[in-house]
Amino acid sequence: MDIQNIHPLVIFFAAITTNNILLTNFLGMCSFLAVSKDLKSSMGLGAAVIFVSTFTAPLNWLVFHKLLVPFNLEYLQYIAFIIVIAAFTQIIEMVIERVSTLLYLTLGIFLPLITVNCAILGCALFLVIRQYTLMQSIAYGLGAGTGWALAITALAGIRVRMEKKSKVIPELEGPGIALIITGIIAMAFIGFSGIVKIN
Amino acid sequence: MSPILTAILVISCLSGGLTILLLIAEYFFANYGEVNIDVNDGEKSFRVEGGASLLTTLSSQKLFLPSGCGGRGSCGTCKCKVLEGGGPLLPTETPYLNDEERKNNVRLSCQIKVKNNVKIQVPEELLSIKEFSTVIEKITDFTHDIKGLRFKLPEGESIKFKAGQFANLFSKPYDDIREETSRAYSISSAPKDNRALELIIRYVPNGMVTTYVFKHLKEGDPVKLIGPFGDFFLRDTNREIVCIAGGSGLAPIRSIILDMIDRGINNRKTTFFFGAVGVKDLYYVDEFKAIEKQHPWFRFVPALSRDDSDHPYTKGLITDVVASNYGDMKEIEAYLCGSPGMIDACEKVLTGKGMPKTQIFYDKFS
Repeated sequence: MDIQNIHPLVIFFAAITTNNILLTNFLGMCSFLAVSKDLKSSMGLGAAVIFVSTFTAPLNWLVFHKLLVPFNLEYLQYIAFIIVIAAFTQIIEMVIERVSTLLYLTLGIFLPLITVNCAILGCALFLVIRQYTLMQSIAYGLGAGTGWALAITALAGIRVRMEKKSKVIPELEGPGIALIITGIIAMAFIGFSGIVKIN
Repeated sequence: MSPILTAILVISCLSGGLTILLLIAEYFFANYGEVNIDVNDGEKSFRVEGGASLLTTLSSQKLFLPSGCGGRGSCGTCKCKVLEGGGPLLPTETPYLNDEERKNNVRLSCQIKVKNNVKIQVPEELLSIKEFSTVIEKITDFTHDIKGLRFKLPEGESIKFKAGQFANLFSKPYDDIREETSRAYSISSAPKDNRALELIIRYVPNGMVTTYVFKHLKEGDPVKLIGPFGDFFLRDTNREIVCIAGGSGLAPIRSIILDMIDRGINNRKTTFFFGAVGVKDLYYVDEFKAIEKQHPWFRFVPALSRDDSDHPYTKGLITDVVASNYGDMKEIEAYLCGSPGMIDACEKVLTGKGMPKTQIFYDKFS
């Protein structure tokens, strides 16, 4: 099937499950490992990633197809995407801080963490490589963000429980055991491959 | 047009456009205008530009709150009472505030942004904190990793501090470190010696300021100091005193003992236990031995934890040495200074011997 004909909903679900940006591409690992110690912060960061990836995906699609392609400057996509993402997160942080303190406390304080997050940049690069349309890009951005949020929330839930209930050998404490758990979650996600599959 | 020019033009347009958008957003959203900061119920007040953190806003007005980490929210020393305009408690502050402090509106000043009129309350003595442009008079190598620095204050200036307090030393940019950084160090000289200041600094591997001090500073160099800060000082009672220190923790204890001599306090029996690993880690021994000879109320006990060579000092862990010297400690007051591990262990021993927690004062170096 031609990639342009895939329904955006399929792309959305695939981005959450079989093509999960964190569990299959292992992108956005640093904030994933650092913040997943606490469930509440994980959900806040997850929400921030959903928000930013949903909006930067179409923005970057427009920059790529309407600005870079006409001038044959595709090779500048890395710089262009980084600038767009950084500017977007900064503007949004300012707006959120001004309009709602509650929203700032739950979501806004995490925005500076995502300014240089590779999951967000990866999301923009994948939609170029996979030649998504604008609608598909929006679906993909939303799906990739949701998948990332799902993964970090799952890991945080497990880590919080492990902290209370189980003993880890000292050499594996912290990031070590978190990476092992992530690997197991990633394997579990392979189970979704019968449901949706895109390349 | 050449492809290189096009590339430059397109990227410039894109970043230029986004910059303009950012500036517009900043103008509309991050512009908090001029705000008023009221300190201690009108004792001092400033008109300042809003938008920066409370800590940096206050220091731009020469009101210096103590800050061990330089505003990164990792030391929790820049606390002050924010009575109005502080906004809700931030998740970045909560680890440093206990219930009592939360109830009293105590906040971390480096985390709060000044967005509107703010009313704060700071300890009275902070209003006398000053910035000093000093010159290094003398650098002494005490041990392989501890140096003593003596700073001369500018002509006509003097410093007023309580023995036991600390000052912040600022490093200048060096190697690939581009920014001025500051760290807190205890003052080891006596308050009477108010035309100069002495600090004792232990080398921290990769420490930004200690590397600067150990590798770059020379006698005669200008150095910026801000101080004095801290609530670690001798309490005005008649109780017997036990001082326990390790490493550069000797600094505030030396200041306290020199101050007791200067003030003629001779009715309080004082014992100073100094814990070290080996003979090579001892310093100021001759000075304290001399004080011991001159002043019958003072006793100096250096204890070495891991040195089996032939030396005249007590052997053993500092906690065991202190424990073996005392029976009931209910009527004794303790002043501890050193690493958090040492202080926690000592506190356990002291409370175990009946000393109430309210009589234990400490300065944790972390």
